[in-house]
Amino acid sequence: MQSVISVKNLTKTYASGLKALDNVNLEIRRGEIFALLGPNGAGKTTLISVICGIANPTSGTVLADGHDIVKDFRAARSAIGLVPQELSTDMFETVWATVTFSRGLFGKGKDPAHIEKVLRELSLWDKRDNKIMTLSGGMKRRVLIAKALSHEPRILFLDEPTAGVDVELRRDMWKMVRSLRDTGVTIILTTHYIEEAEQMADRIGVISKGKIILVEEKTALMEKLGKKQLILDVQHPLERVPEALAPYGLERSDDGLQLIFTFHAAHDRSKIAALLRELAELGIDFTDLQTRESSLEDIFVSLVSERS
Amino acid sequence: MNTHAIRAIYLFEMARTFRTLMQSILSPVISTSLYFVVFGSAIGSRMTEVEGIRYGAFIIPGLTMLSLLNESISNASFGIYMPRFSGTIYEVLSAPISYVEIVCGYVGAAATKSILLGTIILLTARLFVPYHIAHPLWMAAFLVLTSVTFSLFGFMIGLWADGFEKLQIVPMLIVTPLTFLGGSFYSINMLPPFWQRITLVNPVVYLVSGFRWSFYDVSDVSVEISMGMTLVFLVLCLLTVRWLVKSGYRLKT
Repeated sequence: MQSVISVKNLTKTYASGLKALDNVNLEIRRGEIFALLGPNGAGKTTLISVICGIANPTSGTVLADGHDIVKDFRAARSAIGLVPQELSTDMFETVWATVTFSRGLFGKGKDPAHIEKVLRELSLWDKRDNKIMTLSGGMKRRVLIAKALSHEPRILFLDEPTAGVDVELRRDMWKMVRSLRDTGVTIILTTHYIEEAEQMADRIGVISKGKIILVEEKTALMEKLGKKQLILDVQHPLERVPEALAPYGLERSDDGLQLIFTFHAAHDRSKIAALLRELAELGIDFTDLQTRESSLEDIFVSLVSERS
Repeated sequence: MNTHAIRAIYLFEMARTFRTLMQSILSPVISTSLYFVVFGSAIGSRMTEVEGIRYGAFIIPGLTMLSLLNESISNASFGIYMPRFSGTIYEVLSAPISYVEIVCGYVGAAATKSILLGTIILLTARLFVPYHIAHPLWMAAFLVLTSVTFSLFGFMIGLWADGFEKLQIVPMLIVTPLTFLGGSFYSINMLPPFWQRITLVNPVVYLVSGFRWSFYDVSDVSVEISMGMTLVFLVLCLLTVRWLVKSGYRLKT
């Protein structure tokens, strides 16, 4: 599939000597929702800042919508909308004025109908004449999204879009992001909320210490790295795991009343039946069983900790 | 050229002026008018003429220039500092807009405000002191060039400042004293020869002198030198701003 963002050998070293991005290579596909995960200070915001023109790259190249972000910055930036992490707004301006300003800034002529559409979609229409300083944090976040959408970008960066917003607004944003994707807009979001990436992303990238350590389809990633656990509540406490069950690598709970079998979701399913048969043969009765699947968060934590 | 962007920044900045009319326009007009009342009508009537001009009328160009310099610097420095301070500068930096266009938007608006203010001050002065303008085109040229030059200078200060205090330091501690000592209230010919020579180091002398010449046909230095020096300051400011903005000084990391 055609790349809408192409990052090649991108390095960013700040004046302090901090290497925030270390030879990053990344391809974002047109029309996808790409989630960039990483711990604090991993380089997520720096990567977005370089692509959007807010920070200068030290070396490497970035193409946005086929245009070099330095040599052909006008065409590249025209395609991009950015919702920053911080709630940076012109607090004395009205919602209408600030969104109209953004459209002009990106080289587009006045289009009140489009601004109205954006404000209505973000439930801001009734607040259009309000000064931004009078709005709640959630509403300010919507204003930032409206500003980013005012010039009809083909690529939208959402830097921690739901940080500090309530559950209802978060769900609204997810809905909005999906509907934008349906209109062909490519979405790149950074988030701390693994649930957000799990719910929304088509592909996941993980960045740690300025390096992209993994890019994968979300479903494939969960399939590849996802682990399941079968937890068996046994009728009588076990002092130790029987020798015969050693090949399964079972864990015993401290009270001896649970046996935990960790298996790979894709490859080890057949072992469950064998384990249950062996338990019956050994006369170990169980009163209950449950399974647990590792979340994207577990995968992320394990990936980052492996690297560090 | 992204004319929509220049227009957006320009209108945004002008809207800020009209939103803060008291601070932006009325306040400097009132304080300058007080000078006219005190030095023009009250004390001025008891003072002798300077260079053949009534004292109240003599100080009009200098006082207008004082407001022009301070307001140009203040408008432009605040215009670029505020988005840096509030973080909204991200939007300007990520927009498809060149450095020249950014400067045109901010400096254009700041200079417009100063020209507007200078014009209002001149009209207000008419209420207190009678005066005439001998060379209206030269007067307009000095008004526009000084506004643009010092708006560029203010833009530099807005980039350099990392706090509100620094925004005030240069206008308060450097520009105002230079204006007071630059012949706003007197002719430098009234100074002893040694101080006359020292005063010529002060760039504001050339601005005030040229501006006063456009009113009354009298000047401390020739109008050609005044205009030449004004253009030199303009070019110096243009080159410095170009270098600062192009290098991303305090704008980009």
